[in-house]
Amino acid sequence: MWIYEKKLQFPIRIKNPNPKMATLIISQYGGPDGELAASLRYLSQRYIMPISEGKALLTDIGTEELAHFEMVGTMVYQLMKGASDEEIKASGAGPYFTDHGRGVYPTSAAGNPFTAAYIQSKGDPIADLNEDLAAEQKARSTYEWLLRMADDPDVIEPLKFLRQREVVHYQRFGELLMKVQDYVESKKYF
Amino acid sequence: MTVSDRVRLLDEIRILEFIAVELNLYLDNNPNDHKAIRDYNSFTKQLMAVKDEYQRRYGPLSNFGTAWSQSPWAWLNDPWPWELD
Repeated sequence: MWIYEKKLQFPIRIKNPNPKMATLIISQYGGPDGELAASLRYLSQRYIMPISEGKALLTDIGTEELAHFEMVGTMVYQLMKGASDEEIKASGAGPYFTDHGRGVYPTSAAGNPFTAAYIQSKGDPIADLNEDLAAEQKARSTYEWLLRMADDPDVIEPLKFLRQREVVHYQRFGELLMKVQDYVESKKYF
Repeated sequence: MTVSDRVRLLDEIRILEFIAVELNLYLDNNPNDHKAIRDYNSFTKQLMAVKDEYQRRYGPLSNFGTAWSQSPWAWLNDPWPWELD
């Protein structure tokens, strides 16, 4: 069961529309290293975790990623909302506008719609946790590339928060991987 | 009851909940850290009190039986999280 909390994890109040930035940030909504992929990855991988620490951490980080999914969707929504048709045309956001108007759609910045091919669930906790470590680093990189494209503090602050969360998740997954490795070793007898 | 009062209270909730999330993820890997558990319980108590105050003033933050509603059905109260206020 999940319960929705009617608030953002981190405040987002973007005063100036920027449709081009919206069509870049959308990649963290439905792109290869985005928040939807992250959440779906962890919430799918948790079933076969052999120790309680793993079941808990994947559930909890998978849940936090849904809050980040909502934050990214909010940024896209606010960046598109006040933009005029002329601004959208001039900004180069026309391709996104053609398919989605000012709506929020899970796609990469390059226009590839979301696919579960972005994630794995291997039935092997060591393999899955190694994927998760890489996934957090790739998401951190994406936020850094987005920060290079951003110039509005209203956009930069939430992007910095999201980048920092990737670093924390990476650390927690690293600690968990060591515990799972110890557990798997302790179960082997020769 | 201005909008900024509401946002200030919401920011207080966000700060306390952020601490709780951080301690929660840490405790998932360190279930025997009794000091961290004490901190978690203490911040949770503070968070619940601030949430309670918010919900009495502005309507429920969560639904499905996790918070009371005023009448009319206050779950519909604006703004929604993605809306500028």
